Amino acid sequence: MEDERSFSDICGGRLALHRRYYSPSCLEFCLSCPRISLRSLTAVTCTVWLAAYGLFTLCENSMILSAAIFITLLGLLGYLHFVKIDHETLLIIDSLGIQMTSSYASGKESTTFIEMGKVKDVIINEAIYMQKVIYYLCILLKDPVEPHGISQVVPIFQSAKPRLDCLIEVYRSCQEILAHQKAASTSP
Amino acid sequence: MRSSSSPFFLSFNSGPGMVLKAFFPTCCASADSGLLVGRWVPEQSSAVVLAVVHFPFIPVQVKELLAQVQQASQVGVAVLGTWCHRRQEPEESLGHFLEGLGTLFSHEPWLQLCRERGSKSWNCKATRRQGPTPLAPACEDQVMLIFYDQRKVLLSRLHPPAALPERQAGDATASAGGLAAVFDTVARSEVLFQSDRFDEGPVRLTHWQSEGVEASILVELAKRAAGPVCLLLACLLSLVSAASACRVFRPWPLSFIWSKLSTCEQLRHRLDQLTLVVSAHRAEGPAQLMRKANTLVSVLLDMALGLLLLSWLHRKDRFAHLAEALVPVADRVAEELQHLLQWLMGAPAGLKMNRALDQVLGRFFLYHIHLWISYIHLMSPFIEHILWHLGLSACLGLTVALSILSDIISLLTFHIYCFYVYGARLYCLKIHGLSSLWRLFRGKKWNVLRQRVDSCSYDLDQLFIGTLLFTILIFLLPTTALYYLVFTLLRLLVVTVQGLVHLLVDLINSLPLYSLGLRLCRPYRLAAGVKFRVLEHEAGRPLRLLMQINPLPFSHVVRTYRLPSCGCHPKHSWGSLCRKLFFGELIYPWRQRGDKQD
Repeated sequence: MEDERSFSDICGGRLALHRRYYSPSCLEFCLSCPRISLRSLTAVTCTVWLAAYGLFTLCENSMILSAAIFITLLGLLGYLHFVKIDHETLLIIDSLGIQMTSSYASGKESTTFIEMGKVKDVIINEAIYMQKVIYYLCILLKDPVEPHGISQVVPIFQSAKPRLDCLIEVYRSCQEILAHQKAASTSP
Repeated sequence: MRSSSSPFFLSFNSGPGMVLKAFFPTCCASADSGLLVGRWVPEQSSAVVLAVVHFPFIPVQVKELLAQVQQASQVGVAVLGTWCHRRQEPEESLGHFLEGLGTLFSHEPWLQLCRERGSKSWNCKATRRQGPTPLAPACEDQVMLIFYDQRKVLLSRLHPPAALPERQAGDATASAGGLAAVFDTVARSEVLFQSDRFDEGPVRLTHWQSEGVEASILVELAKRAAGPVCLLLACLLSLVSAASACRVFRPWPLSFIWSKLSTCEQLRHRLDQLTLVVSAHRAEGPAQLMRKANTLVSVLLDMALGLLLLSWLHRKDRFAHLAEALVPVADRVAEELQHLLQWLMGAPAGLKMNRALDQVLGRFFLYHIHLWISYIHLMSPFIEHILWHLGLSACLGLTVALSILSDIISLLTFHIYCFYVYGARLYCLKIHGLSSLWRLFRGKKWNVLRQRVDSCSYDLDQLFIGTLLFTILIFLLPTTALYYLVFTLLRLLVVTVQGLVHLLVDLINSLPLYSLGLRLCRPYRLAAGVKFRVLEHEAGRPLRLLMQINPLPFSHVVRTYRLPSCGCHPKHSWGSLCRKLFFGELIYPWRQRGDKQD
């Protein structure tokens, strides 16, 4: 069963939350980030090329123009492959673990999987980000040495940065599954 | 046959809420019906299926085979359930037959996997008896199917390696994470995968190698040849190290020189590495094996690059060109230094120097340069031969050639080093004198016993002479300081160039090329973790996931498998370096050992 809702991120951009419900123990959330806008792309390209043309009129060397084209192309490819994230996915499987995938605009995917045995809890935390205070969802990992301690805090949806209403949706569903898991692991 | 339970088995019986995870190899998804053989891990409630035993079989032989495998691999292999790959209409007789097997090979819980031929719909059932007797009512668990590629999981290695406890007889508790247990189970059950379908065994199995064991002729030949070759190389290397140990280190001046040259250091390092590689001991673990492989590849690449350099140098008779160019370059450097000294002896940058001291220092250094030039001219007929012979050593490796280059640079700039030492010593003496006389000027004294500054009453003539000397020293300070500054800058320049060469040598020495190549070509071998993908799901059917291996990022590969190198790290932090420069202490920023000194 699938549904899709529209939210906004902390800067006001539009996000789409796509929820897929496979079974009572398996849930997937897919948050799509706003696409790269044609306006900013054109602006950057024009700036670089104007600067290159300015240098060319100073130096009379045509290598500068071809170098500028080269740099623009490489920069765009690098940006799409390493920086621009297209969508982020959170997959929770009861009794197996939580998986976070970031898909870049060029198709590259980077995945992290955390086993359920290491997960202590999923919470919404506040943070100071530049001049704002934002909410973010994070996974708390258990400390192997200290039973009540936390060894690491792993934030989810770091690039999309959705607002609180979206986070509450995801948080509720995660807590349902985690409660399931806790009940199962402590049952006699 | 009951699965041998581990001593740490918690007595929680997973109730109906707990989901049972069945790890199923993708190669068995199209196998004929039969029995599922694998390991049950109670703590994670997961069943790792290793192979499928086909009909017809004799139960006693199956049990014998499983006992053999359990003995050889220390993994609690058992019959976990049944596998049914049937056509569209369900066969009644097969169903009853499979049910009957449950009583024959009793296992808690009993897994029943079923798939219709040609479709993607699977059926899974896991029954568990609620009481000890066979007639107690059974309850069903929910099953989640996780497919895994057996070959990749067998060959891969998790990073960081989960610290598993020593193997006990029977099941070793995988108290490390659940997935590490799966990897460990598959890796240790290699003995189960030795037989393929062409073997005339009593039991027919399906697993990843059941179509026939694949191997490469070259690899097998290399394995056979490795033994004698290693033995031969080990003998040669021991001869070489014995020769180097006996002859060279006896007379004192020679041993001092060998310890200062970076070429000897590099050669010794390479000798140690090669001895490690060809030693007769087997590698203890996968980390040792990787280190050996990395060392071997690094040495081979080094030699290949060295031979390339050698062939390039020989091609257009470049040795002669180099030798011809060397003496004029040295002359040019000396000439530039002389100009510099003439400039310092005049009014450098408009500053007014103390004429007498200036002339003394300038003449002293000029004489040094004159000596140096005579020495170079004396050596010039022999330079080509020396260079040619040194160039031959490039076939030992590019790193050796670079170390020789670094040593040649230090030999050629020896006069700069000498000037730096003279200037630094003079400046240091001056600074110490000034600080001590400054204390006298203020009426204080350094107390050596208590390591602090104490007040002291001086006599009038002591004060008079002290103040006079202080004035003299302070007026001579700019001259000495300028000489010191100029020669320190030159020395730092030379040290920077040498440092870059050493960094390059270090890079070649420590880069784990084999691991990087493995990560590029066989990314599943170095695993950082796993990732899951949900396969097509229909309501009412069990959840199916595909488990794939998440390879280690390149930066982690380099960090984990870096080879130990000679250690060419800057010894001082920037703060202590500046402090030493200010006080005129001699600096050797790149290495523990000093430069070649007389």
